[in-house]
Amino acid sequence: MSPLRAYGPILLLGAALASMPFFAASNTLLNAMVLALVIALAAQGWNILGGYGGQFSFGHAAFFGMGAYGTALLQTRFGVNAYAAFAAAVALGSAAGLAIGYLSFRSGLRGSYFALVTLAFAEVFRILANAWPFTGGAAGVLIKLDVRAETFQFASRAVYFWIALGLVVAVMLINRSVERSRFGAWLVAIRENEDAAKALGVDTFSVKLKAITLSAAITAISGAFYAQYFLFLDANIAFGPWISVEALLAPIIGGLGTVFGPVIGALGLHFVAEITRAVAGRVPGIDLALYGTLLVVMVAFARDGIIGLLTKARARLFGSRA
Amino acid sequence: MFAPDIILAAVLNGLMTGAVYALTAVGLTLVYGVLHIINFAHGAILTAAMFAAFFAWKIGIDPYVAVFALAPIFFALGYALQRFVIGPSSHGEDRNILLVTLGLSIVIENLLLAAFRSDTRSIDVPYGFSVIDLGFTFLSVPRVVAFAASCAAAAILWLILAKTDTGKAIRAVAKEKLGASLVGIDVAHVYAVTFGLGAACLAVAACLLLPTFYVHPRVGNAYVLVAFTIVVLGGMGSVPGALLGGLFIGVVESLSGLFLGESLGQIGIFLIFILVLLVRPTGLFGARA
Amino acid sequence: MSADAILSVEHASKRFGGLLAVDDASLVARRGRITGLIGPNGAGKTTLFAMISGFIVPTAGRIMFEGADVGGLPPHRRAVAGIARTFQIVQPFAGLSVRDNIAVGAHLRRSARAEALAKADEVAALVGLGDMLHRPASDLTVSGRKRLELARALATDPKLLLLDEVLAGLNPSEVRDVVPVIHAIRDAGVTIVMVEHVMQAVMSLCEDIYVLAQGRIIAAGAPREVTRDPKVVEAYLGHGAAARIAAREEAARG
Ligand SMILES: Nc1ncnc2c1ncn2[C@@H]1O[C@H](COP(=O)(O)OP(=O)(O)O)[C@@H](O)[C@H]1O
Ligand SMILES: [Mg+2]
Repeated sequence: MSPLRAYGPILLLGAALASMPFFAASNTLLNAMVLALVIALAAQGWNILGGYGGQFSFGHAAFFGMGAYGTALLQTRFGVNAYAAFAAAVALGSAAGLAIGYLSFRSGLRGSYFALVTLAFAEVFRILANAWPFTGGAAGVLIKLDVRAETFQFASRAVYFWIALGLVVAVMLINRSVERSRFGAWLVAIRENEDAAKALGVDTFSVKLKAITLSAAITAISGAFYAQYFLFLDANIAFGPWISVEALLAPIIGGLGTVFGPVIGALGLHFVAEITRAVAGRVPGIDLALYGTLLVVMVAFARDGIIGLLTKARARLFGSRA
Repeated sequence: MFAPDIILAAVLNGLMTGAVYALTAVGLTLVYGVLHIINFAHGAILTAAMFAAFFAWKIGIDPYVAVFALAPIFFALGYALQRFVIGPSSHGEDRNILLVTLGLSIVIENLLLAAFRSDTRSIDVPYGFSVIDLGFTFLSVPRVVAFAASCAAAAILWLILAKTDTGKAIRAVAKEKLGASLVGIDVAHVYAVTFGLGAACLAVAACLLLPTFYVHPRVGNAYVLVAFTIVVLGGMGSVPGALLGGLFIGVVESLSGLFLGESLGQIGIFLIFILVLLVRPTGLFGARA
Repeated sequence: MSADAILSVEHASKRFGGLLAVDDASLVARRGRITGLIGPNGAGKTTLFAMISGFIVPTAGRIMFEGADVGGLPPHRRAVAGIARTFQIVQPFAGLSVRDNIAVGAHLRRSARAEALAKADEVAALVGLGDMLHRPASDLTVSGRKRLELARALATDPKLLLLDEVLAGLNPSEVRDVVPVIHAIRDAGVTIVMVEHVMQAVMSLCEDIYVLAQGRIIAAGAPREVTRDPKVVEAYLGHGAAARIAAREEAARG
């Protein structure tokens, strides 16, 4: 694949979305888009490890929360500049990924065991953050409202939208370059057959460690951005199961182990949620119930996600292109 | 520190709770032992069973009576769920089963949330606060009942597995799926029966929990993580391991609640969980190879 | 260890619970030659390969590769050192294309994607998968999958190639296609150790043969000598394998 064909569509999609605030600038819509992009980011992170690497984490909230709490606490407790706090929080999230990955992969955890241990780590963080006075306990943390570019706070939602979009596009470009690298080839090989990968000289432990570190970093970016956008978080938001679920759901709906999958999935899910709310009203839980149904239906009938369906449709329309 | 009798009381209370934990864990470990999957919908099914018990009580049926109807009903539900949803939709791939059961748990939990909102409900049975005086401490009667009944349920399950033809088929499939299917055992049926048994255990646990506990749409989450811990601790797939593990975790929770305070009490469990997963994923108590 | 030995297995044993799958086995693979490892089913051949390639840790004994003890190295480090293996039960990356499968192997010594793909194309052509490059590995026939195993291992540029029954399940004409490929690999300087049941191929390819039965090396030498060794015939007959081999040879001829 030529670089143009590899990276062109990503930039095109980015440009198209970036123009949105000029046509539809309602705060509600922008707000919804920002949230969808935050989910997309978290999902892009999950997709590195889960989609390409086949290691399904049920606890990416651990990294999202590290990003969110890191950003918020460094600013509120230590007066660190917002941008520096953001960067440090991402480093913290990836360190958490490295640590959890080191412990679990060294013990050879895979499949359900890996899902369980990640879930447990996220829960431990949630309970700790909920109880520890330093993290604000159950009351959570509030970042002081101070709308200035220096504090990473903006009056216009469109600015947040562009930043979030920029991050999502940047991560798509990173993902594409991963796909075209040796690291990516090895990661996919591990997903497909770990023993065969080992026999071909793949250091599966170190490749998985790299993957979870990158994965955690991206999801931490999502968490840090979330904190910066809403200026408030508590343990159930930052380390709660909701984000673990959304982070894995979006790539599965969109297409596992693809560049566009998590983004399409996150936007699609949001769209579905909005429609549900419009139809069913604000009944709590109804959107998640639908998400769960979608998850089962996708696994049952469309394991390659929306991307897979589109590829199949294209193949049917234009004849299969190898 | 604490006086010995307070600690002893905490241990006794832990054992009471632990027995119910053990019952929830037995269902999970049984399913793991046979299907080699972790049923992430386990907590949600428990929640559903607790709601069922709650509404049974609403129409005047005591949970201790309702259990005799709910256990078979949940057996049937579990059977159907595995046979018609989880089995076909996962195409026999472990990764898919993981996701399908996760999806089901989300669906069940949130449908309950949509229907009943997040209110916490509890029932008010006449024996709710009756106690047995042991001199140094009091034991709540419903918890003693829960302890005894959990042990009885585990014993019945053991009898089913050990003595009935279905039980033998289940054990055969757990050992050697291919071989079992070659000698004519209907593996899909056995899977579904196993799943049904797991769900029936949850229905029993739900009826035992309700008199001293409350129900809301996410109540199962607390239990399921505990159940996971027990299953891992006892060795995935080991029923005796789950029983021992349940009692152990009950005591650990009770003691760490005593020493660390309520909100951190669960941390003890998770730390054990993570430690066991990392250090000895095959469990502490004589796990299967 | 003789000077031209690239691999020498010294008194290796592997115990699985009560079963001694490999029992004090020693063998030497000479550089640039094809060494055969034959023996009835369950003799321990695959287990021995797994010890050489690092997937199974021996209960006792040493694995010397190019003069160094590699016994403590994990599988991927042995691949880096130059030991490649195929799996008797094929292990394709089922969701990937044939080309991407082979490229994983090629990446071992090539970090650039383009180079790895070019190497994959080259190796695919060599093993006769040139026209299957873009098909998913799951589309391949038995023979295609065996070739894929071979291609992936070859793409790592090994010094020593362990082939575990790459000819099993192939029909005689497919066997006739693959035999020259193995010859060509050897001629390119790769030392080969092969486990094989297709005796005709063993006889025509191997310069040295070891016979394993119930975990023990019971005979070693040139193909003609070994097959005349009464211990060997007995080992096979004991397991009823001689008749099967004869039948296969018959089929291969007919
Ligand atoms: N992982 C294992 N655990 C227990 N027994 C094994 C294992 N692998 C192989 N065996 C046993 O070791 C013996 C040798 O097997 P194997 O090396 O596959 O023989 P071969 O390749 O010569 O047919 C057989 O009896 C087999 O059942
Ligand atoms: Mg073999």
